[in-house]
Amino acid sequence: MRKFKWSNLYLILTFIVLYLPIGYLILYSFSEGERMTNYRGFTWRHYQELFADPRMIQIVLDTLIVALLSALIATIIGTLGALAINNTTRPSMRNTILSLNNILMVSPDVIIGASFLIFFTALRLPLGFTSVLLSHIAFSIPIVVLMVLPKLRELSGSLIDAARDIGASNVQVLKDVIIPFITPGIFAGFFMAMTYSLDDFAVTFFVTGNGFETLSVEIYARARQGISLEINALSGIMFLFALVLVVGYYFVQQGQSARKTKKRGVTR
Amino acid sequence: MAVGSNRLSASTGDTGGNTLNLANWGDYIDPKLIKKFERETGFHVNVETFDSNEGMYTKVKQGGTDYDLTVPSEYMVAKMRKEGLLVRLDKSRLHGLSNFGTAFMNRSFDPDNQYSIPYFWGTLGIIYNDRYVRPGSIQHWDDLWARKYRGDIMLIDSARDIMGMSLVSLGKSVNTTDRPTLVAAKAKLDALTPNVKAVVADEIKMYMEQDEAAIAVDWSGEASEMLGENKHLHYVVPSEGSNLWFDNLVIPRTAKHYKAIYAFLNFMMRPENAAQNAEYVGYATPNDKAKALLPAAVRHDRQFYPDAQTMQHLEVYDDLAPKVVREYNDLFLEFKMYRK
Amino acid sequence: MTFNSVWYALLITAATLLVSYPAAYFLHYTKHKQLWLLLIIMPTWINLLLKAYAFIGILGKHGALNNLLGAMGMAPHQFLFTDAAFILVAAYIEIPFMILPIFNAIEELNEGLVNASKDLGASGWQTFTKVVFPLSLSGVKSGVQAVFIPSLSLFMLTRLIGGNRVITLGTAIEEHFLTTMNWGMGSTIGVVLIVAMVIIMLLTSERQHRKGRVIHRA
Repeated sequence: MRKFKWSNLYLILTFIVLYLPIGYLILYSFSEGERMTNYRGFTWRHYQELFADPRMIQIVLDTLIVALLSALIATIIGTLGALAINNTTRPSMRNTILSLNNILMVSPDVIIGASFLIFFTALRLPLGFTSVLLSHIAFSIPIVVLMVLPKLRELSGSLIDAARDIGASNVQVLKDVIIPFITPGIFAGFFMAMTYSLDDFAVTFFVTGNGFETLSVEIYARARQGISLEINALSGIMFLFALVLVVGYYFVQQGQSARKTKKRGVTR
Repeated sequence: MAVGSNRLSASTGDTGGNTLNLANWGDYIDPKLIKKFERETGFHVNVETFDSNEGMYTKVKQGGTDYDLTVPSEYMVAKMRKEGLLVRLDKSRLHGLSNFGTAFMNRSFDPDNQYSIPYFWGTLGIIYNDRYVRPGSIQHWDDLWARKYRGDIMLIDSARDIMGMSLVSLGKSVNTTDRPTLVAAKAKLDALTPNVKAVVADEIKMYMEQDEAAIAVDWSGEASEMLGENKHLHYVVPSEGSNLWFDNLVIPRTAKHYKAIYAFLNFMMRPENAAQNAEYVGYATPNDKAKALLPAAVRHDRQFYPDAQTMQHLEVYDDLAPKVVREYNDLFLEFKMYRK
Repeated sequence: MTFNSVWYALLITAATLLVSYPAAYFLHYTKHKQLWLLLIIMPTWINLLLKAYAFIGILGKHGALNNLLGAMGMAPHQFLFTDAAFILVAAYIEIPFMILPIFNAIEELNEGLVNASKDLGASGWQTFTKVVFPLSLSGVKSGVQAVFIPSLSLFMLTRLIGGNRVITLGTAIEEHFLTTMNWGMGSTIGVVLIVAMVIIMLLTSERQHRKGRVIHRA
């Protein structure tokens, strides 16, 4: 089963390419210069500037809160939506819903952002945290649906029938059979939703206001002046932090599931 | 997390009377000045950033924001003024308008400065790298068409500016509206195509700093940043004419906190503050008293404070009719596609 | 412009798929596969603009790549503003979005089928082409959907890395919304994109049906 050499080499190369630009920009966060060109010797200066900039730290916190909350809510709504789509029996109906789902995925961000701006201002909803959160939830739901749905399709009907036969209620079927089975899809959806939220610029730009700002908007706004290496320092810190978190979480989870050999993924 | 949740309540609810909501370009004010202003006056400043005039305009027009002050470029001041999106300045509450140079006041986009106070100004010009271009050999727009600069030039991705450059090189105004002249300007741009390496935006700075191209057409503000990073770069404002642009402080219709607004405007007009801001941002200040406080090397830098004769040939963009603006954009898009 | 957009989106999707499929497949056989998968997604958490700037630094005339080539005695190349650079960076951005669905599809694949195929004397290659690949097509399909359509509307990279040599539908939309402020025209192009997506959905779902039948017969 294990054809070690070539496949591992390929994966290592893939990882190198994926992490090359990130390594590059972290390297430059230690450069004495002001830009990501011509490395000029080691310094901690950009990190000091970063920590002396309370506005930047506030923006990071705002960004993280929006990303986590919107991903969480979008995952819940998206998973329920996927369950509902999976339960529709008529294929034409299902295809229509799926197409509607995908329209949000394909609409360019600027259009979604402008539409949300018109929508929120028509409702007289003040722009700020709430409007950003709502729009992030909205554009994250389709990706969650797309991640969860294939898992639901893999789930064989006989498994559910069996559970019913031995007297499981609907809630029990959902909780003990369906959810554990689709958990990998749910996690994938959550991560993708976070990714979308962290990366979004165009939508957030339109719907934010009243001093609320996310990191992407700030970075784009700074482009006119040139992005300072402070941003590199910040990205470096956030990235390493996320890396430690993800790796740490993974091994903690591994340890737990090794102890309780019942199911994977439902240890919450 | 605790900080974050405090912040949430602050940013969703009303911000009270002690605040000032400033919508500004990214990194376009010295943060130390904001701290100083807050200490001095007790007002709290919320800075929100935007990256294009049009984006900012859309949000002011749609409402839902609470901007007290914003910083549009001159053509956008004219547009917002005409559409009733700006609040007239109460000059009796402003102290220091006399600090500004006469060249920067009472321009066509805002006669008598009824709505706007200039914040920074600049030009459109040519940046060249003396490792690839002999110093002094580029003085005029027409020099860019020389055959030896094949694939050497980067253009800023802005219809008005690049069309304007071509118009000036034809001896026409940057505010030309008649179609035949615009078409001729576009045809002249097509002839520049072999020399054009790329049409890019903010990233032009990074490209020039790392010697990616020998020549670029860009704004003076950007140029001053590049020159600070790469000592081989030089900036030229062609003497036959170019664009003179302004970024201006204005009060949008959404403003609420007038006390804070006027305190801030007066604070920013004070020479020592305007000078500090100019040093931080690196753009040219219209505040003559502030300019006098800048180091001599900056004050006498012809690149960024051009001589009187060149200044005379500089034109400010008028707010053209939407139909004409579309014409500029369509022709520019055609030029970009012509490269294929 | 439309044709150009579609053509580049196709190239980007093909390049992404070419890199991602083997990666997803090999990933399936690694030890801590879920962890590696997370690590593949994580680069997407870094701001796109920053990554693009890093690429400018790497691919530039005096950038890291040319320095490396120079050290190996090769003349510097112009990488930026070429089609290859544009497709490379666009594919780089999209790879995680392709790997994830393919990986999930391979994960779901019944290992018994693979073993059965081997027991029946199929070679590794035969097992792959006749069993693994057809069964992972649903993942490929959602991966293609997740990459192709966003590629149609890429706008940042066309300018940053492509130097506006490539004008895509996304560039046009962005321009209509943020420069010309002609929202009507921008939205019209958006509708074209949506129609394109519906067509792609219909095409891909039909193909899947046919494949499904083939598998049943086999």
